[in-house]
Parts: sequence; C-alpha cells; structure tokens
Amino acid sequence: MKRFLLPLVVFLIVMGFLGVGLNLDPREVPSPLVGKAAPTFNLPRLDDPEKKISNKDMLGQVWLFNVWASWCGACREEHPVLVELAKSGAVPVYGMDYKDTRLEARQWLEIGGNPYVASVMDADGRVGIDYGVYGVPETYVIDKAGIIAYKQIGPITEEVLRDKILPLVKRLQAQ
Amino acid sequence: MIPEVGHFALILALLVALVQGSFPIIGAARGNAVWMGLARPAARAQFLLIAVAFLCLAYAFATMDYSVTYVATNSNSKLPLQYRIAAVWGGHEGSLLLWAMILSIWTVAVSFFSKHLPDAMRARILGVMGLISIGFLLFMLTVSNPFERLIPAAMDGRDLNPLLQDPGMVFHPPMLYMGYVGFSVAFAFAIAALLGGELDAAWARWSRPWTTMAWVFLTAGIMAGSNWAYYELGWGGWWFWDAVENASFMPWLVGTALIHSLAVTEKRGSFKAWTVLLAICAFSLSLLGTFLVRSGVLTSVHAFATDPRRGLFILAFLVVVIGGSLALFAWRAPTIARGGKFDVVSRESFLLANNVLLAVAAISVLFGTLYPLFLDALGLGKISVGPPYFDTVFAPLMAPALFLMGIGPIASWKQAALPELAKRLRWAFGVSVTTAVILPLLLGHWTPMIGLGLFLALWIIGTTVNLVRQRLGGTEQPLVVRIKSTSRSWWGMVIAHLGIAVFTLGVTIVKGFESEIAVRMQTGDVAHLAGYDFTFEGVTEAEGPNYTTSRGQIRITKSGKERTVLAPEKRVYTVQNMPMTEAGISPGIIHDLYASLGEPLDDGAWSVRIYHKPMVEWIWFGCLMMAFGGLLALSDKRYRLKKRTAKQVQ
Repeated sequence: MKRFLLPLVVFLIVMGFLGVGLNLDPREVPSPLVGKAAPTFNLPRLDDPEKKISNKDMLGQVWLFNVWASWCGACREEHPVLVELAKSGAVPVYGMDYKDTRLEARQWLEIGGNPYVASVMDADGRVGIDYGVYGVPETYVIDKAGIIAYKQIGPITEEVLRDKILPLVKRLQAQ
Repeated sequence: MIPEVGHFALILALLVALVQGSFPIIGAARGNAVWMGLARPAARAQFLLIAVAFLCLAYAFATMDYSVTYVATNSNSKLPLQYRIAAVWGGHEGSLLLWAMILSIWTVAVSFFSKHLPDAMRARILGVMGLISIGFLLFMLTVSNPFERLIPAAMDGRDLNPLLQDPGMVFHPPMLYMGYVGFSVAFAFAIAALLGGELDAAWARWSRPWTTMAWVFLTAGIMAGSNWAYYELGWGGWWFWDAVENASFMPWLVGTALIHSLAVTEKRGSFKAWTVLLAICAFSLSLLGTFLVRSGVLTSVHAFATDPRRGLFILAFLVVVIGGSLALFAWRAPTIARGGKFDVVSRESFLLANNVLLAVAAISVLFGTLYPLFLDALGLGKISVGPPYFDTVFAPLMAPALFLMGIGPIASWKQAALPELAKRLRWAFGVSVTTAVILPLLLGHWTPMIGLGLFLALWIIGTTVNLVRQRLGGTEQPLVVRIKSTSRSWWGMVIAHLGIAVFTLGVTIVKGFESEIAVRMQTGDVAHLAGYDFTFEGVTEAEGPNYTTSRGQIRITKSGKERTVLAPEKRVYTVQNMPMTEAGISPGIIHDLYASLGEPLDDGAWSVRIYHKPMVEWIWFGCLMMAFGGLLALSDKRYRLKKRTAKQVQ
C-alpha cells in the first residue's frame, strides 16, 4: 500500500509549490547589471540631434533612466506617473527613446507631457542591448557614482514608485 | 444574439455534463441500468451543445463582431478569413473552448465505438470524461468566458498575435489538443477499471487503440510545432525547451511508455499497476501542461495574459482530478493489480527498462520546467533553466533507451537467452560501431556525441532490419504472402522505430555539422558558407493584407551555377506594430539552406544570418514516420473489434 501512495505524495508536494508559485511574479527578474556601473552611452538628444548627452554628464547626482517609445502601449500607463514625479522634483528623470522615430516621439511628448529633463534617441537599439533592455518600458535607478542600484521591468506604477523607487532614491541621495 | 446562443449552449452543456458525470457512475456502482444508460445520450447531447458554442464563436469571428471582448482582442478587420477562424483558438478563452470541444469529440467517439464494452465499464468511462468536462466548462463560464460582451463595442479588433498568423498555427493547436485531450480516454479507461475492480487483458486491449490514436496526434502536433518554430522564429532552431514545448513533450514521453506498457499488460498480464499509473500520469501531465500554459506561473514565448483567479481555478481542478485519481490508485491498485512473472532477460524487462527511462526522462523535463518556480517559491532566487540542463540530462537518459529499443523486439517474452541475443545482434552492433567511428572522420569532424548519435541511429536500423529478416525469412512461402501474413501493428512498430532512427540521425548530423554566419550585407555583397555563395540582391518593400514587409532576395550559387533564390522577410504587423521574421529556406534531403533578415543598418545594408543545416528535415520526417507507424498499427484487423464481438455474440 505504501509504495502505491508515493505518486500521490509527490503530486501533492508539486501542487504545493505551484500554489506558492501562483503568487509570485515570474516577470520580476533582477538584472545582472544591478550593482555595476551603468554602461556608457553618448547619444543625440531627441529635441536637438546636434547635441549629445552621455551618462557621464549625470555623475554626482541620483537619476532615473527611463526607456520609453511612442509605439509602446504600456508606456501610456506609466507616463502620468512619471509626469507627476517630474512635477514633484524628487529626482531628475532622463529618458531614452528606444527604436523610435523622432517625429512620433516628439508628438507623443507634446500630447502626454514631457517628464524628462532630457531624452536621448537610441534609434537602432544598440545602447538598449548594452543595458539589457528586453521590453519597453524599463527604468534604472542610477546613483551618484554612476552605479545601477535598481532596475524596474515594465511600467512604474504609483505603488512601485512609492514603495520601492522613492525610498531608494532618498537613501542614495543621502549618501 | 449569436454570442448569447453560444453562451447559453455552454451553460446547457455544463448541465448535461453534470448528468453525464454523476448518474452513470453511481448507476454502475448500484447496477442501475437506466442510470448507466444515460451516459451515451448525455455524451452526444454535450457534443452537440459544445459544437454549437464553438460555431457561434467562429461565426462571431467570421462576421467581425467586435462587441465580443474575445473577438476584439484576437482579431482585426484586415485579418484574412482563414486566420480569423484560427483566431478562435488564438487566445486563452478560445483555446479552452477548443479543449472542451475536442474532449467532447473524443467522448462522442467513445460512445460510438464502445458497443463491445460491458455496460458498466462504458458508463464509468463516459462518466469520468463527463467529470473532466465539468471542470473545463465551469472554468470557462466562471473566469474565462469567450462570449463576454464588450460595451461599447470596439471599432476594430486588436488583431491576432502575429506569431500565430501562419498556416502552421492553423493546424498545430488542434492537432496538439487532439493528442493532449486524447489521453483522457486512456485515463477514463484506467479510472473505470480501478472503480470496477477489473484490471485485466481486455481492459488493456480496449485502451490500446485509443492511446495509440492520441499518441499519433500528439506526435504530429509536436512535429508541426517544432517545424513552425524553425521557420517562424528565424533562429534556425527547432526545439527550444520552452515551458510550453515541454508541456507537450512530457505527455508524449509518458504516452510512449504507456503504449509499450499496455502491450505487455495485454499480452502477458504484467505491469498492471504500472500501466494504470502511466495512464493517469499521461493525462495528468496534459492537465498540468494546460495549467502551466494558462496560469501564467511561468513565462515563456507562448505565454498568455495572466489572471490569478484562473491559475487558482486550474490548480484546484488539478488537485481534485489528479489527486483524486492517484488516491483511488493508492486504494485500489494493490488489490487488483497482480502480474505474471518474468525473467531478468526477457522482452518484459527490456520494455520495463525502456518504460522507466522514458518516465525518468519525463520527470527530468518536469523538474527542469518547474525548477525555477521551486527556487522562487523557496525564496532562493530567480534562475532560468535552459537548453544546457536539458541537453545534459536528456541525452544520457535517451541513449540507453534507444540502445534497448534495438534489443527489445528481438527478445522473447518471459525468458530470453543472452548468448542467443548476442549472436543475433553482433552484426548490427559491429556495423553500427564501425560506421559511427569512420563516417564522421570521413566528414572531417568527430566528437563523442556525433559518434554516439550515429551509433544509436544505425544500431536501431541494423537491429530492425535484422528483425524484419527473421520475420520474413525461414519459410518456403513467397515473400508477398509472408509480408501479408505479418500483422499491420507489427509493421507499425517497425516503421515507428525506424522513425526514431531517422530522427536521431537528423538531430546528430544537424547538431554536429551545422554552420552559420551573421554578416552585414549590402546589395551585391557575397557571403560564403558550406561551399555555397550567397549573393544579396537587395530588399524590396511590399504590403500584405495586414502587414508591411521588407523582402530580401538572396541568390545562391555553387561554383558559378545557380541553385536557388531565398526570400527572407522582415514583416511589421501594422495593428500591433510588431516585427516578425519569416525565414527564407531552401529545404532538401541532404541539407537546408536558411537565411533570415536581421536589422536594417545604415546605407541600405542589412544584417543577415545564414545557416547551413545538414539533414535537418530528417528530424520531422522521422516524427512523421512515427506517427504513420501508429496509424498503421491502428488499422490492424485485430482492432476491428466491433464486427468480431458481434459475431461472437451471435
């Protein structure tokens, strides 16, 4: 009798794990870049392609690096949150317009509001590869020394901003 | 109006399923013939009702009724008709309806082809299938209703996922589901036998054709999926060990074990408990696969939108169905499953060893699929298990299984003599070892894996040829008579086993000898690979019904002679603004030449990936041979039971 019970026992253990697994988010993946220096970029500005911005320009301050695109549906969800954040002035947000056209990206900012101190254009997605972007939107919290402290995959919601990003930013700014 | 009819038909189908899942089983326990008699009409009524619901949804898609949420999410006015119909099973709710539809097709088939079964047995089988149906119908009606209205209606639909807009995707899911769900029949037979307390050779004989049929569909379905991944994903790969692929592969492994173990149970009366357990596991893994795909517990390229209530429902359903049947197994199997004895060296033990290897392989795939989830649940971090794990675990398990496959059919039942076996197989062994060592050296590249793969493929071919020679030789009759006097199920086995050899050969050669280059090409540039010259003749823009495409043209020449032209495409599906790769492939028996367009670079150049894939088509041809072998076995005259039992009754 005992050995015939074995399949049932194994099955119930597997089900227990699946039950726990249901409450976890498989999308919440830590980035291997966290704790490492932000990859270098030197990209043209969205509003003025003649001028370039590099991540080195932001050394000495804590900043958010938000990857967005006008074709991205989830960015629409995130956008108002970023605009509010920009108004509060808690932390400067720099944007990277990912695989997008200049015209559409500008229109998007005109309609939805521009939360960014500045946006750079990554038209061919090369810098996106360096940053390990695999879906838009994604946001990096980068500290004064240019080290990535946190990566948010998917839109920043009010909860994420309140519970994770802002406390982290405060801690980093105090350092 | 029509969607409401469909919705109503689903509700009625649920009520009928409740009747089908309760009265016949209770009736069988109490010997109440009237209650048992309800099983067949209920099965048929349920089939009709679900078919009505299915047609209503198809109609909503065909007429572009965007007031139905599901239609609006998975279709678009520019989507061609054949894909609008295939979109019925392109999303979560619709694929569940397809699941229920196919379950009712199998149920109704059982209701028609079960005249030879005892009444109580048939009532129990249809009852169990009714119980499964209740689960799926409830699931649809509570949290996944495909007929839910969208008010106000959408102006246009969000379009079908472009990955699914492919002729292969029209047939792949129904085939796969026919296989998945088909194991419900073997499952229902097993549960019915446990309930009835009779686990005999007759039970195995009745289960066999149904199991083989489901296995044939599953084999063909997996093959179609793999082939689709090969030409649609643009990476030249044919299997990715993706969670969803694994979900279909696990039932296949266990189903393969089940087919063989049923043969032993029927012929020798052994392995009864094991066979029942396999029947339960094959279907349980199908259900688990549904859970993994539908609940969003794992991410995968196939993943659909997630909803925690859905996951919870399926989990509860799994616990009830699988937990219930395993409990029943633990309770009943010890008393009713007593098998015959057999020697260590016998066909039984070879089959048992094969069975165990297949089951362990299935468990290791299950473990690899769920391992990231286990770690996450225990708070030990997030990892993903990829091909490295599966390749290292799978090959060592399959190698002995394939080796034993060569010996099993030649060994006698109950007791076989080892020296005798060795004598019969020494030629096959010698030839396959020699070829496996020499052939790769001639081709200029020898690794242990190539040697092993070649050896196993040739070993199976050698032993199978030996087997056929033995069967056909030794009598005075003309060859035609001898071929005819051999049963079709035996030929089915021979062809399916050769299919495995062809498959193994394809995998070995393509893994060992494939080559690829990634180049930047401008119009007029020439790339060289495997002795061929690939001339890039530029990219032209074109428009499809719901996409725009950049179509490249690559002319292939060898020593100045033109061979063929490839036309890889980079499409952008306009509604979802989603880029898709269509590889350009020139398939052949000896090799495939494969090109896919990467990204457009500056000054009109493109990044292009070119692959040379020797014998890759053999992989799918081997699968087709396996499926054909199964079909041939099904056409065996011993399965035309209806007529035979009818005669016996008279």
